[in-house]
Amino acid sequence: MDLDFDFGAEQPKLVMLLLGVVAFLAVVGLIILVLDRTSRFTATIMLAPALILMTIGLLVPTIRTALLSFMSGDSQRFVGLDNYVWMFTQPEALLTLRNTLIWLVLTPLLVTSIGLVYAVLVDRTRFERLAKALVFLPMAISFVGAGIIWKFVYAYRPEEADQIGLLNQIVVWLGGEPRQWLLEAPYNTFFLILVLVWIQAGFATVVLSAAIKGIPAEIVEAARLDGAGPFSMFFRVTLPSIRNAVIVVGVTQAIGTLKLFDIVRTMTNGNFDTSVIAVDMYNNAFRFGETGKGAALAVFLFVLVMPIVWYQRKVQKAR
Amino acid sequence: MNAASRVRSKLATRTASLIALIIALLWTTPTFGLLLSSFRPEDEIKSTGWWTFFGTPNLTLENYQEVLFGSSSSSGQLFRFLINSIVITVPSVLFPLAFAALAAYALAWLKFPGRDWIYLGIFALQIVPLQMALVPLLSFFSQGVTVFGVTLLPAWELGEMQPFVQVWFAHTCFALSFAIFLLHNFMAELPGDLIEAARVDGATHGQIIRRIILPLVAPALATFAIFQFLWVWNDLLVGLIFAGGTAESAPMTVRLAQMAGTRGDEWQRLTAGAFVSVIIPLVVFLSMQRYFVRGLLAGGIKG
Repeated sequence: MDLDFDFGAEQPKLVMLLLGVVAFLAVVGLIILVLDRTSRFTATIMLAPALILMTIGLLVPTIRTALLSFMSGDSQRFVGLDNYVWMFTQPEALLTLRNTLIWLVLTPLLVTSIGLVYAVLVDRTRFERLAKALVFLPMAISFVGAGIIWKFVYAYRPEEADQIGLLNQIVVWLGGEPRQWLLEAPYNTFFLILVLVWIQAGFATVVLSAAIKGIPAEIVEAARLDGAGPFSMFFRVTLPSIRNAVIVVGVTQAIGTLKLFDIVRTMTNGNFDTSVIAVDMYNNAFRFGETGKGAALAVFLFVLVMPIVWYQRKVQKAR
Repeated sequence: MNAASRVRSKLATRTASLIALIIALLWTTPTFGLLLSSFRPEDEIKSTGWWTFFGTPNLTLENYQEVLFGSSSSSGQLFRFLINSIVITVPSVLFPLAFAALAAYALAWLKFPGRDWIYLGIFALQIVPLQMALVPLLSFFSQGVTVFGVTLLPAWELGEMQPFVQVWFAHTCFALSFAIFLLHNFMAELPGDLIEAARVDGATHGQIIRRIILPLVAPALATFAIFQFLWVWNDLLVGLIFAGGTAESAPMTVRLAQMAGTRGDEWQRLTAGAFVSVIIPLVVFLSMQRYFVRGLLAGGIKG
């Protein structure tokens, strides 16, 4: 193995980092200095950096993307609704939409119910802190890292060889045949969804656990005196009391799921019928040179996300 | 409680504990398997499952050495990408933090015409998925701005620094709307008398921010900082588009995604590489978990 690693070659990057930090200090220092000297235009000075950046980086590009979605792949010709027609008629695009729909239904459902069940089960037990921490940890892991962790779980070896993937080994132990979990459509989408559920369940657990702790003790006590068992306690007391938190968790998951990119890109790259909107958008816009189609997919994503985010923020305000 | 119901409730507790235990196992085993595998010799990773380790324990650090520092192009060279991730992340957290804090202060405590409309606009921007901005923002960097044949802004030509500046810029723009929303929520709850009193005493807004606001909102700033750190460090999409794909500037996630694609069966590199990318956010996350949870409960998850 060749290990003559050149550490010196990395130094210019650290200089760039230094430059970035110095630029940051200069900008912030200048703003604070100006604010100290004058009390005119205070609001403008404070808002300007954020507003200018959001205009350049988000607002104007959004409008341009909307316009690009009516243009041809090289952005030279106006093509009307062609890109949208493509999206809703061509088999490969329809498959992407169907997959996104499966993700959208299953992820919030599984994440919320697993998180809820787990939060209830470990509530007020001796090992509650540890139990929650274990499920919460994947939230710190990148989707790419999680993708690799699960690709390893799904790893396949032919029947006569030793399995190295845990899932296939379990199947073999149970007397089954090893399978290529990520290659066989349509089930492979389900195995990709499990990865996202694995990452996000901790989020649901923490938020719902906090909500459960917020249920007034008198209500719980009263129900217990009435002789409510664990099940009626859950459905009649716990669930109605934390309804809002459950909705927020589900809706938050729905938004994240719609924009999901990393897991599919890392594990199958959208092949084997697993593509979703965000992956297709990236491939069309940045690999195939089909800017128009990519833009149309982005616009459709926007249209899907818009009402859900609006609803989420409304529920949060009501809380 | 009579005997029968006591037995039943004990059974219920047992089943509950069992289900909880199964979930906890399901949630930790995959990571454990990866971690253990990353320390096993290459030929063993590729031929036997990590659970056989307990029969034939055999550990090595070679995978880490190769994936981090190996100089052949196939080996990963992950250390170079690790540096890139650090260079990308630090400014991408600092810039939105400062700009959002200033804007949130102005929106919460200054009175000026149109304030509520501006806040509503920023709030509404949270619904825009960053996919809407990618194509035009990239051409903004590579081609500048031209309106009706008039060049308003030339292409950015920053040489080696260009990819880093692009990523910093993109991450900052995409984070601001959520950051202002989160910090505004915290700042609006500060006691107004305190700020009024300081104004009466003749303090400038710069002084108020430094002496009063900053210490009080430090937990909120920490909350946003950890969100943004995890987001940037773990991001693949923005890095892929704005930082390019080479060891000169691409973050670790981009490299790992490449390795998972082209060398998808080189598990000795993938396991060690994945663990290298996971360990830093994990440490940060564990040491700042309090702030992270507070942020989650305050309604913060970036759109």
